[in-house]
Amino acid sequence: MPQLSRRYIQMAFFNLIWGLTFGALLLYHKGVPLTPLLWRLLPLHIELMLVGWLLQFIMGIGFWIFPRFWRSRGNDTPVRWAFWLLNIGVWLAGLSGVFALPAAIFLAGRIFELASGALFVLYAWRRIKPPGTGEWGKKRGERATSGS
Amino acid sequence: MPILTRLFIKTSFIYLIVALLIGAALVARSVLPLPPWLAGLSPVYFHLLMVGWVTQLIFGVAYWMLPKYSQKQPHGFDGVWWASFWLLNAGVLLRMFAEPMRAAHTGALWGWAVAASAVLQWLAGLAFVFNAWLRTKER
Ligand code: HEM
Repeated sequence: MPQLSRRYIQMAFFNLIWGLTFGALLLYHKGVPLTPLLWRLLPLHIELMLVGWLLQFIMGIGFWIFPRFWRSRGNDTPVRWAFWLLNIGVWLAGLSGVFALPAAIFLAGRIFELASGALFVLYAWRRIKPPGTGEWGKKRGERATSGS
Repeated sequence: MPILTRLFIKTSFIYLIVALLIGAALVARSVLPLPPWLAGLSPVYFHLLMVGWVTQLIFGVAYWMLPKYSQKQPHGFDGVWWASFWLLNAGVLLRMFAEPMRAAHTGALWGWAVAASAVLQWLAGLAFVFNAWLRTKER
């Protein structure tokens, strides 16, 4: 498993632990009331579980196992950026809900998430391809002879 | 495919079907004379999909496909993996019944059942992360 996938997956676990802890606190409170303030955690729970855990885990595994270009994963710069955008976005959007921060901060978080998803998809698009081909689905040597 | 993976994945499929049934029932309320307590199933519907199905499917595939922990213990600590299976399913099942019952009845018993389901799912998550973290490595 490449280092970048490990970074994604471990961060997904980190977010899972927090998102789950907040969800469990909320659920506990639904059964045995602790303090109504806990409801403020709901937006953070949602952001952490859907994007911080599920989406990020899937991205990390995808980067690891999608077909490669003759053993190379190509230029992974967009995926490195996507990692930071996703995690900053998740916590920004989630915490803005908890502390009732201005809507612009919530929006900024969601735009970071969007940028992260877009970068990842742009990168991963070419790796969704038939086996034994390189970028643009060409077989080894094909590009050299096609003159492009 | 190891037995625990099969168990995780098949159980997750059952939750998928149950969740979709509940999803249909939630909508059917508008056209059929169904009991009003069904409305309390809305969070259950969503969480059966996200926890019972998706998260459980991920647990099962992770047990199977993550890099080996060691030659002797390829999956990590099997006892802890099994604990995560039982804790998760006890927690999700308990929530499925206790959350709508708690909404429909007064009395502390269902409330404590909801709280217990939260603790069970939380422990399941910790058990999973413990093993899966150890296996998030180069090979
Ligand atoms: C991948 C897993 C999960 C995802 C994607 C997720 C996502 C969500 C979302 C979107 C909501 C808002 C929708 C609604 O109110 O029904 C929500 C609410 C909630 N979640 Fe989760 N969740 C997850 C796991 C959990 C777990 C494991 C627990 C508890 C142990 C939990 C406890 C709650 C509670 C108590 C609510 C509030 C329900 C209500 O409105 O009464 N969630 N979650």
